[in-house]
Amino acid sequence: MEQEEKHITSYSFLAKILVVLLALTAVSVAVTWINVGPLTIALALFIATVKSLGVLIWFMHLKYEKPMFTVMVAGVFVLYAVIIVITFFDYWFR
Amino acid sequence: MSQEHSGHTEHRDDIGSKMGMWIFIFTELLLFGGLFLVYAVYRNQYSEDFHIAASQLNTFLGTLNTIILLVSSMTVAMSVTAIQKNDHKLSFRLLLITLLLALAFLVNKYFEYSAKIHHDIYPGSDLVTNLKHGQTLFFGLYFFMTALHGFHIIVGMILLSVIAYKVKKGKINSEDHVLLENGGLYWHLVDLIWIFLFPLLYLIS
Repeated sequence: MEQEEKHITSYSFLAKILVVLLALTAVSVAVTWINVGPLTIALALFIATVKSLGVLIWFMHLKYEKPMFTVMVAGVFVLYAVIIVITFFDYWFR
Repeated sequence: MSQEHSGHTEHRDDIGSKMGMWIFIFTELLLFGGLFLVYAVYRNQYSEDFHIAASQLNTFLGTLNTIILLVSSMTVAMSVTAIQKNDHKLSFRLLLITLLLALAFLVNKYFEYSAKIHHDIYPGSDLVTNLKHGQTLFFGLYFFMTALHGFHIIVGMILLSVIAYKVKKGKINSEDHVLLENGGLYWHLVDLIWIFLFPLLYLIS
């Protein structure tokens, strides 16, 4: 049933991903020095999300797995987003 | 799928193994997700206190640990590449580097915690319980979330040690390396959680 064309991620590509992730970390630390007020947390979370996508897609090989895996991961994140929205609706409009 | 392997027929389902690992990872994500939700609600209620309390944390150590985990995430991914290319020695060495980085993370964590305890900041200390409510909550969340994450680092180290041993013995090889891939997935999960813990705890002051 399985005759996968096994994708092998090259060392240099993994190293490039690391450089990008480290650069994004540097940006998120630098942003706290500039102090952009209420935007700080939004920006920090945005950068963290981009970094986590990098880890999920390339380090965790989601790009090269069957699409089913991506669908499942996306489903969990949608579920979590729904939980957050419902919780805050409850807090704000109780 | 069955295949000939050292004389006997072995049943293996790599996709199934990986899917099982992913489902386990989902439970972990939702476990920490619940904690992040508690954090979000209290931060919303006590944003001032959260800012003041977070300024007590050592951003340098937090950043250093972020770098350590990102590098270790890459070394474990490279270890998978090495085994796929049938380079056992390199795969084993990359796992050892990953384990050393994990140890470095814990050493930093030790210094971080001891500095906090030295300043009388630990769960249930007189100082922490008498702080403003929001600050007490922040330190409670800080200790619980980082300790739970640290526990995952220790579990990951045990898992990767077993995997490194099996790579060394040739039980994990270019034909059969789903255990290494799953161990790698677990390690990336530990990294993934830290990617969110770091800005939310250390970078909000």
